[in-house]
Amino acid sequence: MTQAVREAPVAAPRRRVNVAAVAPFAALALICALGALANPRFLSFDNITNVLARSTFIATIAVGQTLVITGGGLDLSVGAMAAFIAGLVILFLNSGLIDNMPLLIVSAMALSLAVGALCGLFNGVTATVGKIEPFIVTLGTMGIFRSLLTWLAQGGSITIRNNDVRAAYRQVYFGDLFGVPYPVLVILGVAVAGAFILYGTAYGRHVRAVGSNEDVARYSGINVARVRTLTYVLQGLCVALAVIVYVPRLSSASAATGLGWELTAITAVVVGGTRLKGGVGHMWGTIAGALILEVIGNIMLLSNLVSEYLIGAVQGAIIIVAMLAQRGMSGSR
Amino acid sequence: MSPQPDAGQSQAVAEELKNTSLSTQPVLEAVGLSRSFGPIEVLSDVSIDVRAGEVHAIIGENGAGKSTLMKILSGHLAPSRGAIKLYGSAVELKGPVDAERRGIVLVHQEIMLAPNLSIAENMFLGRELWRGLTVDDREMNRRAAEAMRVFGVEAAVTVPVQQLSIAQRQLAQIARVLAVPHRIAIFDEPTASLTPIETSALLNLIQELKAKGVAVLYISHRLEEVKSVADVVTVLRDGKRVTTKPAAELEPVDMARLMVGRDLLALYPPRPPVPTGAPAFEVAHFGAAGFAEEASFSVRPGEILGFSGLVGAGRTELFEALFGLRKGGGEIRMNGEAQQWRDARAGMRAGAVYLTEDRKSKGLLLEETIATNLTLAALDKFQRGPLVDRARENRALDEAIQRFDIRVGDKNLLAGQMSGGNQQKLLLAKMMQLNPRVVVIDEPTRGIDIGAKQQIYRFITALATEGRSVIVISSEMAELIGICHRIIVMRNGRVVGEVAGEAMNEHAIVVLATGVHTSVEGARA
Repeated sequence: MTQAVREAPVAAPRRRVNVAAVAPFAALALICALGALANPRFLSFDNITNVLARSTFIATIAVGQTLVITGGGLDLSVGAMAAFIAGLVILFLNSGLIDNMPLLIVSAMALSLAVGALCGLFNGVTATVGKIEPFIVTLGTMGIFRSLLTWLAQGGSITIRNNDVRAAYRQVYFGDLFGVPYPVLVILGVAVAGAFILYGTAYGRHVRAVGSNEDVARYSGINVARVRTLTYVLQGLCVALAVIVYVPRLSSASAATGLGWELTAITAVVVGGTRLKGGVGHMWGTIAGALILEVIGNIMLLSNLVSEYLIGAVQGAIIIVAMLAQRGMSGSR
Repeated sequence: MSPQPDAGQSQAVAEELKNTSLSTQPVLEAVGLSRSFGPIEVLSDVSIDVRAGEVHAIIGENGAGKSTLMKILSGHLAPSRGAIKLYGSAVELKGPVDAERRGIVLVHQEIMLAPNLSIAENMFLGRELWRGLTVDDREMNRRAAEAMRVFGVEAAVTVPVQQLSIAQRQLAQIARVLAVPHRIAIFDEPTASLTPIETSALLNLIQELKAKGVAVLYISHRLEEVKSVADVVTVLRDGKRVTTKPAAELEPVDMARLMVGRDLLALYPPRPPVPTGAPAFEVAHFGAAGFAEEASFSVRPGEILGFSGLVGAGRTELFEALFGLRKGGGEIRMNGEAQQWRDARAGMRAGAVYLTEDRKSKGLLLEETIATNLTLAALDKFQRGPLVDRARENRALDEAIQRFDIRVGDKNLLAGQMSGGNQQKLLLAKMMQLNPRVVVIDEPTRGIDIGAKQQIYRFITALATEGRSVIVISSEMAELIGICHRIIVMRNGRVVGEVAGEAMNEHAIVVLATGVHTSVEGARA
């Protein structure tokens, strides 16, 4: 249903806009077809669910990033924020404050969301009320969050100590509902929520307006600072959700946690067709973008055609190719 | 003068052109130019020419094909059919740079300056003056100031142009183009955002170009101005040439009739009766930091109050400050209740709206649909739960299209694809979604054609008839005199006077606006 809502405003006047919206999905399908040719195992249920589960972190964060970027902002701090929140959550799990196991894990999740929202709020308020370029603000908080984690971990890593907690929490990443792993449900849920916010609600439209032309938004009586700040808060919540799914996977956090996630997430957003300077957001395109990145990495691992050490180079090439393709399709010379 | 709008008129065209030729060989000729965008032909078989030392005006309603014709002649667009001749020989313009190299320059209607650079830096962009190893800023600033002084504007040539008013930017753009001599100068609505004083300075400048033997093509909606500056007038309608005649043989009213293709009703609707109720909106001792101070005025329900003044008089800035869109302060009362508006939303809640003069960059989201723009300021009225109610939005769109006669073939058009007149109607419709009691409209008819203008005047009058208080800020004195009950004049950031009733005339306004007690010859609307 959200799909239909999204298509409505884009549809009529310029047919090429539609092409741009569909392109990421076409690219994803093409890459999957190539993957199937390269290695039959690619299409196995286990591999597919594995790829989807692994893409959860980037996809979830990228949904928030889509909102931020559509609103004319940028958040470079997400990877460091994820590491920081993961560290705090594990410390909380280790603290022994709560004996009841399910309650402990739910509280840890709530803590994660609260910290994520606060981190986002700090980014948003500093950028809007402080009137500082979001690039600079989040570059600063990126350093702060990463450093806080390193300090909490005293340069090493923070690990879930209690084996019972670890075993119980493991289910969140490795468990499934009717065969569908929880992480995949998280992607789906976050994407549906993101699309609902961006395309269905008045707030989503305000985000687009603010990103498209701040002056027009201001002259239309829209509280630009509030709208923008909220995009960062939502981004923080998305990071927190990603952390909730990430922590049970490795049960530890270190200075290397979430390293480079911000760039991968931004790549996913841009590959998905969202305009980096704001005003145009493609929520489902972002999901396709995140999957493209993960699938390509997966194919490289499976196929041995290209060294897996070159994954970064391939992902870098993708973003450039995607931008060139968009340029070509939008018809500008 | 039998208009021959049909195609296949080349013979007749040649005949007619011969008759209207004033002097010598044409410098630039358009021969049977046509241009299509997709299936739509926006220009068909248009032939005109322009000679050295001649001002050839091209007039027509929006969508008549004027801008398309100018873009073809200046190399911005290639024709679908037809040829361009320069000094009698056919040329193919490969682009605006090629056209400039051949001596043809277009002064754009849209402002095309680098916003972070100063007037001087813009003016010498790509042809900076050097002294030794460094750029000679002092000399460039001096020459830029001199070029601006020609327009009677003491513009700060060293501050970023984004801090200047639209009119100042427009003048800087014209000055930039004229800083280099050309053989053919094309002006696309150069006076749309200028006040009478600057307009008359520009018209003088064009007379100078003419005296130097420059061939001038001139597009304008202001027919009085065309009458005064042009030697020859070509009227376009629906992409076709209706007629070309010496300006001496055409009165503005004839031009308007030829443009529209029918007799125009009176341009201004009957004025609503002078209201007598208590003021709905009162402002006292209000100032906009650096632009206006100590402004006091009030407006009654059903009243249309005009604000006149020269560029830089602080009118726009005063109202932007009132609506919390820039820094300022003072007393505001709505129906006697004290107000303080920190942002536009606060004014809207109190029932007052401000329609910006800059509809392209502050009024509408050009890349969004008409419906999105229409409901943007009043989106909470179109919500059902957290969702935007698209059905209600669509109904509002249909109503607005009907009420404000927004002419679009396709309702899914983007705002940026509409004509200026339709954009202005959309901006008006957008703010009327809030059902305000006080409506401030800044430059309601800038850059729109006469048919749309006439409609806008009717809408404004209708707002007053409905009992709303309307304030119109305009640089066109004629329209203020035509529709307002009273006109307040500002000069250098201060309210310097007010004219009403019989005393409303251009002379009185110019005297107040300039502070100079002489009749200003060029003060044409």
